[in-house]
This record gives sequence, structure tokens and C-alpha cells, in this order.
Amino acid sequence: MAAITVFSPRTVPAVLRHRAVHKLALLALAAAVLVPLATARWAGGAWPDALTVDLTDPLTRASTWIVDNRDTHPLFLYFFGHISNAVVLSVRAVYLVLLAAGWAGVTALSALVAWRVAGLRLALGTLAAFLTCGFLGMWVPTMQTFALMVVAVAASVLVGAVLGLAAGLNDRLDRALRPVLDTMQVLPAYAYLLPVVLIFGMGVPAAVLATVVYAAPPMARLTALGLRGADKEVLEAVRSLGATARQRLLTARLPLARKELLLGLNQTIMMALSMAVIASVIGAGGLGDRVYQALASVDVGAALAAGIPIVLLAVVLDRVTGAAGSGSTSSPKTRRRGGPYALVAALAIAVAARLMGRLDWPDAWTVPIAEPVNRTVDWMTDHLYSGVPVVGGTADWAAHFTTWVLNPLRDGLTWLPWWSMLLLVATLAWLIGTWRTALTAVLAMAAIGVLGVWTPALDTLSQVLAAVAVTLVIGFATGIAAARSDRLERALRPVLDVFQTMPQFVYLIPVVALFGVGRAPAVAAAVVYALPAVVRITTQGLRQVDPAAMEASGSLGATSWQQLRQVQLPLARPALLLAVNQGVVLVLAVVIIGGLVGGGALGYDVVFGLAQGDLATGLVAGAAIVCLGLMLDRVTQPTERRPKKGA
Amino acid sequence: MRIRARICATAAVASLLPLTGCGAADMTQQSSPFANAQGAKTVTLSVQSWVGAQANVAVAQYLLEHELGYRVDTVQVDEVPAWDALSQGRVDAILEDWGHPEQEQRYVDDKKTITRGGELGVTGHIGWYIPTYFAKQHPDATSWKNLNKYADRMRTAESGGKGQLMDGSPSYVTNDKALVNNLDLDYQVVFAGSEAAQITQIKQFAKEKKPFLTYWYAPQWLFKKVPMTEVKLPAYKEGCDADPAKVACAYPHTPLEKYLNSDFARSGGSAAAFLKKFKWTTEDQNEVSLMIADQKLTPEEAAKKWVEGHESTWRAWLS
Repeated sequence: MAAITVFSPRTVPAVLRHRAVHKLALLALAAAVLVPLATARWAGGAWPDALTVDLTDPLTRASTWIVDNRDTHPLFLYFFGHISNAVVLSVRAVYLVLLAAGWAGVTALSALVAWRVAGLRLALGTLAAFLTCGFLGMWVPTMQTFALMVVAVAASVLVGAVLGLAAGLNDRLDRALRPVLDTMQVLPAYAYLLPVVLIFGMGVPAAVLATVVYAAPPMARLTALGLRGADKEVLEAVRSLGATARQRLLTARLPLARKELLLGLNQTIMMALSMAVIASVIGAGGLGDRVYQALASVDVGAALAAGIPIVLLAVVLDRVTGAAGSGSTSSPKTRRRGGPYALVAALAIAVAARLMGRLDWPDAWTVPIAEPVNRTVDWMTDHLYSGVPVVGGTADWAAHFTTWVLNPLRDGLTWLPWWSMLLLVATLAWLIGTWRTALTAVLAMAAIGVLGVWTPALDTLSQVLAAVAVTLVIGFATGIAAARSDRLERALRPVLDVFQTMPQFVYLIPVVALFGVGRAPAVAAAVVYALPAVVRITTQGLRQVDPAAMEASGSLGATSWQQLRQVQLPLARPALLLAVNQGVVLVLAVVIIGGLVGGGALGYDVVFGLAQGDLATGLVAGAAIVCLGLMLDRVTQPTERRPKKGA
Repeated sequence: MRIRARICATAAVASLLPLTGCGAADMTQQSSPFANAQGAKTVTLSVQSWVGAQANVAVAQYLLEHELGYRVDTVQVDEVPAWDALSQGRVDAILEDWGHPEQEQRYVDDKKTITRGGELGVTGHIGWYIPTYFAKQHPDATSWKNLNKYADRMRTAESGGKGQLMDGSPSYVTNDKALVNNLDLDYQVVFAGSEAAQITQIKQFAKEKKPFLTYWYAPQWLFKKVPMTEVKLPAYKEGCDADPAKVACAYPHTPLEKYLNSDFARSGGSAAAFLKKFKWTTEDQNEVSLMIADQKLTPEEAAKKWVEGHESTWRAWLS
């Protein structure tokens, strides 16, 4: 496949060009018929008023009804109420167990689990991570977040596994579920916090449920994938032995899918952890709340002190579940032999700490990191904000970026007549995907207009496009460099880990301190958030290029630059497209964070809705962000993701 | 541990549904799962995003923990959702409310799930402010009538061709868009989106001695670091802000109030009694706020310092 693209570069593009011309002709025809009709009826650039639906009244009424009936209506008393109670009780149960085990017990037992599952090195890492949480003075919040995570992950895994089983065993359900899971994954978490809060109120139940919506899809997807991917011959053999359908599932298909199931668990944990912080906005407590409270007093150091345990938890859980999935640890025998002793030792530590009355982390054992961090941030803003010789300060860059990039982009997008915008979306989506993806994209774009938020949505879109452009330039450059140097890649890995898992709230203040209030810092925050994924995918894609092709071109005398440009990049095209797609989705996920630093537009509306309990504003803006996400996802979705229908 | 706990939790979820499923489950009366852990008496206080509110909570928390033997949990919630959380018992008290008549009507008068906790002793005021270094050079800029003259000086990349009026968090009460419109001002309201972002930006402006116009409020610790002068808006009269679209007058002076969850107010024992009596002055609050926000003491350290120096004030709250 790869060889074809390299050695006969003319055939494939020719076919593509033919198909593209075909599609363009069809679109032009449709446009020729529809556009005059549309312009005749609704003149003007922005989305016509006649085609909007004002949802303010019904939404306001719905929210008032919910608040008024929450304590009396059977729907709440007999359905939501039980869910809410079950969540509260189980989080509480886990939390009490964790507190009862004490810090020594939790640390020792976690290290034990890590050792059994993933080997000695990760056990030591786990030990260090938990102790660090304590030294940062974050023990109790860490346990609160941990308790919340345990329940949320358990629920997500349960929901995801059920959905995945259904999709894995039944083709029709699989087809029906796929778009639902797709949508759940492009939904920015903030967008649906408000409805959840309205039903469940501020606090833990709402946070757990919002997390489940966010974290269940990867589990469902990977479960289905694992079940479908099971080796046909093994299944055949099991069937010939006379096993019933259920026996086949339990003894063959599920065990064969173990790797995917564990990868699903891993993904679910990571998603849930990133949500733990966002959920602090709706009163989930724990570490996220500490980050959020520290920001209120503009205290980056304190926010970082609460952010680091989150990063550590994420890294530890990621590595441990990852190791369990790949099964690449010390041989099971040695582990089994040491297991019981270690368990006894861990229990002994827990009991000893308990008897000594050392359940809570000792106050004296904390290391204050807030002050030095704040000094660093102050230094940065003092020396970089403005008046740097020759290059100018960061504030100047931000102002230039706003005036020269963001403003023209926004003005251009809003100046475009609404129908041409739809046409543009259709063309892009169809050229890169199928007519189905094009239709979804156009409908999503049209829905934004119908919701009556056309102009703010285009403002948001302009920020997203600018952020994606910056992300891709930096991300591809870094990715290429990392792919060519092992040392650089190794050095980058922990940095990327930190940026990927550090709660986005932590860098709100630094971006404002460097770039002032407005859309520029919003773009900066989005770039920081989306960059790691783009760098990772690019590096991986380039490294996976067939070494034979590289060698062949090298022996033909190609320079390193020619190799990169003519062999490596074209061959890594699918990975690069995936990087673009991920960049877009991730940037969009931070749009709302941008609303917290002056990004305005849809992000601000969602924050406003949440802060004021205004369902009409918040939900409409949230829905528009979802539509924008769907549209952008479809426009950038490489055909490779749907091999059967694509080419 | 983790795996065991997960199994426990799964079992708990599975077994609790039928367990709790026998009758009606009232989720409007449900406290935080982290409350009252290990048999400690707990109070959950809501903290709003501004530092003054943090100061109230820090001092109340310190006294509750060290004098009355409670454990205090704090949760950061925005103003309007905080009312909802209070009525559900997710938090026990709001110590600083800037006036939400709609919520008062709904929860205090109709549903009676929230009880008034008396005044905090601090009077709040929202207004438009310019830095004092600029007001000294241009004394006439302190009246709204002359603001248009200075629109050019207040321009930023974000405000387009107009002057920038910087607003803060979306959770705050504001009429600024209507005011700009109704007073025919050549300004664009730019929302910083959060108070943290707004403070950071104000500090940056002040460092460069740049002129700026911002929505701001007193009491606020930042005045000690960046002295600001209020811009006179048309005088406030009772009811002039009744119609949000037609507002053309200044913001009122609001005596800040405390609110308690009704159940907590009845059966909260010494904690509820203490929170009802809690009352201090603007100077007290600013003293603590400044320690938290500028000297970067933790709220606990700041509260401790204040408590050590003002025994006569807080003794009265405990009796």
C-alpha cells in the first residue's frame, strides 16, 4: 500500500482528482440551484432571523419547573433521587475506607497493587507519588478525588462495558451506537455540566454523572472492538466443542479481548481524571476544588500544589493499567511467590499507623512550594510582559496576534454570507470524507444558525482556527524533531505527560499574566492543551514509516531534508491527518476555558449560563459548541477512519 | 487497594439501588459525601470566587475548628448556584451575599429551605473605577460625562476602535452593557471572564501606569495595591435598576447578608449559633483578604493571624 504511493505517485492522485472533480461538480450544481433561491428570500451576510428558533422561553420554563418540582415530583423522588443517593453513599463508603486505612495504609496497599500488576519500578513510583501528595499538604483532597474517581470509573466501566457488549455482539446495535459514542466524545465536557447540575444540584452526584458521560465511550468502543476482533478460529474451535453462546462469551471472547478491555479501562481512568478538575466548577470538592479556589486569589503556586497530585495520580494510574494491559511485567511466578508476604507487610504498616494514631498526614511533613512558584511567575511577568528589547514583550505579541490574525479571521468569517459558509463546510467535508460526513457537517453548521448564535459561533470558530494553526506549526515541527532524535523524544516525554494531565485551570493565570485579557490568552491556553497530543501522534506516525522505504531513498542519495519531505511525511500522512483532527477536537475542548480569560463568544456564554444558572444561555451556547465540534471533526476526519465507505 | 475499593464500590452501587429503592429518595436534602467523616462534626461552607468571601470563610473556619471543635469543608460555588446548593443542604451557609431578590423570594419566602442569617457587617458597593494615578492627572475623568473624551486612551486590541470597559466574572451582577448603551458611551465591555484574570490584568496595567476603566467593587484588597478612584455615574435611586435594559444609574450600596440552610439553622448547634453572630467590619475583612491575596499566606495562616490580634471581636460571636 505504502509502496504504491511512493513509486507510482501519479495514479492515486489522478483517481482522487477525478473523484474530487466529480464531487465539486455536483456541489456546484446544487449551489447553482439553491443559492439564488436563498439569497432571494433572505438577503444579508449573517444567518437570517427567519430561520432561527428562539429557545429562551421553553428552556427558562423547563429550568424553573425542575427547580420547583425537584422536591416533590415522582420523577425526581423515585428515579434521579435514587441515583443521586447511590452515588453519594458509594463515594462516601470509598472515602471512609480510604480514611480508615490512613495515609500509610493507602500508600502501602497502592504500592503493593502496583507491584503485583506492573512490577517493582512502578511500585516505587507509586510510593513516591502518594508520598508527594502528602508532602504537598494535599492528602485529604487527594483522597476525596480518589474516592470520586473510584466510583466514577466503576460506573463508567460498567456503562461502557454494557454498551460495548451490546455493540460487540449485535451488528445493528453497533451501527446505532457508533454515532452516539462519536458525539459523546466530541462533546466538550463543560457543555453538559449545566443540565446535569440543574437536575442533580451542585455537588458530587452531578460531578460523577458528568464524568460517566465523558469517560464511558472509550470503554464501550474498546470493548466492542475487542469482542469483534476475537480470533475466528479459536471461536470456531470453542463452538465445535459444544459451548453455549454464554459459555463462548465468558470463556473465549472476553478473555481474548482482555488487552482491549484493559486499554479501555486505562482510557476511561485518564478521561475521568481530567474531568475531576472540570467537575470542581460544580462543587465536586477534592483536588480540583483546591485548584479552583487557589485561582480565586490569583495564587498559581497553590494551584500548582493541587495540580501536581492530579498529574501524579494520572501518570501512576496510566502506567499501572497500561502495564496490566500489555502484560509486560516480571513473570507471574515470582510475583505470586512474594505476594502474600507483601500483603501481610502492607497490612501491618496500615495497622501500625492506625495504632500509632497516625491516620492523618502529619501537618509538619509538608513542603511549601507555592512561594517559589509564585516568585517565578512574578519574575516572568515582570520581565517578559513588555519592553523586552528588539522582540517586544509578550503583551505586544498578543496585541499583534489579536489585530493581525484574530480580528481579520473573525471579520472574514462573519463577512462571508451564511450560505457560502455552509457550502464551504460541505466542500471540505466531502473532499476529505464521504457524503455522509459532509451532510453531518452541514447540518451541524446549520443548527448553529437555527439556535440563533451564528455570530458568536463564528467568533469562536476564528479562535479555534487560529489556535489550531499555531498548534500544528509548533506541533509538527516539534514532532519531526523528536522523530529524528531519540534523546529529544526521551526528554520531551515527561514534559508532554505533565502538559497533558495538568488541569487547564492551572495555566489560566500565567497566560493572562503574559498575554493580558482577551482572545490571545485563550488561544495560548488552547495551544498548550492541544500541543502534546499533536506532538505525540506526529512523532509516532513518522517513526512508524517503513524503514525499508527510508533506506531505499537514502541509498538513492536523497538528503535528510529530501527524505523527510518526499518519503517520510507523505507516508505518515494518515497520522498527520489524525493529528490535525485531534488538534481541532482538543482545542475546542478548551474554548470554554478561554471564556474564563476573556475569550468571549460561546465559551463566555457557557460559563455565564453555569454561573447564573441560566439554562437558556448556557445550554444554547453549549449545544452550539457541540455542533461546532461535530462540524470540525467531520471536516478534518480522514477517510481512513471509515475504510469501507470511504474509498 | 484500588481494585478492592472498586469492587466495594460496584457492590455498593448494585446493592444500594434496591436498598434505597423502597421509598421516595429526597435528593433536595442531601449533604456532601465528604461531610461528617470519621464521626467529626462537620460544617460545609460555600466560598465564592472573590477574596473577601475567602476571608470570611477562613476566619469562620478557623474559629469553628479551633474553638468549637468542628471540621470544616469548603466548596467553591458561583453565586446563583450557591443558593441552590444551600437549599439542598450541600452547603450549610453562605457568608456573603450581594443581593439576589429572585432567589430570596423562591427559597426563603416560598420554599423556606433557606433562613436569613443576619448581616455580615460589611457594606458592598459595585462601581466603575479608574486608577488613581490617572485620576490625579485628569480629575475630570472621574465623571461619566467626560469618559468619552478618554475613550482613545483606554483602547486595547480587544475593544476594537472603542475604549475598553473591563468587566469581570460572568457570575457577578452587572448592568454595564446597558449602562454603556444608555449613557451613550464610546466604550466596549470586555469580559475578563474570571476575577483572577481581571486582577492579573489590572496589576499589569498598573505596573505600566497605563490608564484603564474597570468594573470593580468594594470592599476589595486590591485597592491597597492598586489605588483606584470611582467614576461617578448618574446617582442611584430606589428602583432605577428595575428594568435591566433601561438602567442608566449607578449601583446601590448593599449591606452584605448571611444565609443558612434552614435545617442547619435549626439543628446546627453551636456552629449555627456562631455563624449567625459572625459580624465584622470592612477593615477586618480587608486585613485578612490582603494577607491571603497579596502576602500569599494560606487562608488558614491569615485567619490565625487575625484571630490572634482581635480576640475581643470574635469572643462575642462565641457567647
